[in-house]
Amino acid sequence: MTVFGYRLPAMSSLILWGILWEIVGRSGLTFFIPPLSDVFSTLISVIGTKPFLKALSETAYAFSMGVLASILIGIPVGILMGKNRLLDELLLPWVNMFLSAPLTALVPVLMVLFGFGMKSIIITTTLFAIWIIILNARAGVMQINRSLVEMARCYGATPLVAFYKIYFWAALPEILAGVRIGVIRAVKGVIIGQLLISIVGFGALFELYANNFLMAHFWAVLLVLFALAFTVSEILAYLERRVSYYAASR
Amino acid sequence: MVMPQIKEVAGQAGESPVDNAVVARGVSKTYGTVEALRNLSLEFPRGQLTSLLGPSGCGKTTLLKIIAGLLEPTSGEIEVNGKPVKGPGPDRAFVFQDFALMPWASVIRNVAFGLELRGVAKSEREAIAEKYIREVGLSGFEKAYPHELSGGMRQRVGLARALSVDADVLLMDEPFSAVDEQTRRKFQEDLLRLVENESKTFIFVTHSIEEAVYVSDQIAILLPRPSRVSEIIRPGGFRQKGADAIRRDPEYLDIVDRIWASLRSYVD
Repeated sequence: MTVFGYRLPAMSSLILWGILWEIVGRSGLTFFIPPLSDVFSTLISVIGTKPFLKALSETAYAFSMGVLASILIGIPVGILMGKNRLLDELLLPWVNMFLSAPLTALVPVLMVLFGFGMKSIIITTTLFAIWIIILNARAGVMQINRSLVEMARCYGATPLVAFYKIYFWAALPEILAGVRIGVIRAVKGVIIGQLLISIVGFGALFELYANNFLMAHFWAVLLVLFALAFTVSEILAYLERRVSYYAASR
Repeated sequence: MVMPQIKEVAGQAGESPVDNAVVARGVSKTYGTVEALRNLSLEFPRGQLTSLLGPSGCGKTTLLKIIAGLLEPTSGEIEVNGKPVKGPGPDRAFVFQDFALMPWASVIRNVAFGLELRGVAKSEREAIAEKYIREVGLSGFEKAYPHELSGGMRQRVGLARALSVDADVLLMDEPFSAVDEQTRRKFQEDLLRLVENESKTFIFVTHSIEEAVYVSDQIAILLPRPSRVSEIIRPGGFRQKGADAIRRDPEYLDIVDRIWASLRSYVD
């Protein structure tokens, strides 16, 4: 964007919103919004503390295990659904249902099934992320150029070889788009899981700060989370752009 | 009604018993209620180029894919080198109308892909691929990606891939239909040289009469609904006259006219 002939760097509108936040915070309108500068100084003081680092590592562990599980299960399942009509008919209604279902309501059931620990949080994260990954991998496989598949068969590829030499790569642009959305959903999943199931990780910190009206702390942790989610999403978007050169020419 | 005609034509042409690389015997193919091929029999002499020519929807690509082993015939059988076809095999290589290149792989990996699938070691298969990349005139583009190449160059990659697996039979499905006219002419000339130099059997699907007459040793004219071989033409004398003279040869022009006369009524 250009203003008065000056080219503004990307996301400079954030500065404007930051200033607005600061003004609202300083005016003392509501205890809920402390000034942004307070939030940042709290952030710096909080970030090295033991509870924060513990929360961060716990969350990162649950998050990465959940994302890993949904990628490792979701991509092959999606590819198989795209290839196999029968499997597709069997699974697609469930995938669509879970994609739009209010998964938060399922969390209590998970607690009963898997206990109040890390396992349930990981499973919640997986449940949030996996469905969109499956659907995108499936869509990616379904639009594969048929002659590419015939080519692989012609030159002697077994179904397994065709799976990882052709189907996976041909569907990669869609798969990465699915993973990116899945990862964003996994951030929701991991926080909701931590809040509802067991008071650990950032869930515990939120609970603690909110109950004690430590709003600056609350916002600081929230900003960290937003920044983490945004970074992960941008990394994936970068990967997506790297493969998009062939997305149109399959 | 079809068979006697074939025998008659074959009788005229075959002064000695011909060595056939591929034989189709009574091949039928139905898709649900649609009959794509009915009781089609055809012989493909070794080391020659046979064109399958006909109006669209006459099942020529279906026949080619049955020969490739990609489709199964409803009845009848295909023999390659005397052995019945059960599926795709290393004795046949396919050149696709839309090139079927892997867009995520470089030219050299695309060309070497057939060998990669056969488990040939990387250095060895790349050496072979380089040789054929040179042969089709793409030296210097080994590291390029398909989206950086023109349509004609992409088909050269497809051709190099088919050549590098060293199959006896090359199946070409309208290989030049997606490239521009000048490139197509160049391709046709190159193909003549290829048929001469490589001792391979070519089966070539086309809907262009001129192209078929120009490149073929034998032209099988297929008529649609359901598909059958209506005529087999073996262009004679003009083929030795060199690439430039063929298009002006009276026999070439006569055959083109004759084929057009018999196909004309099927064009809708």
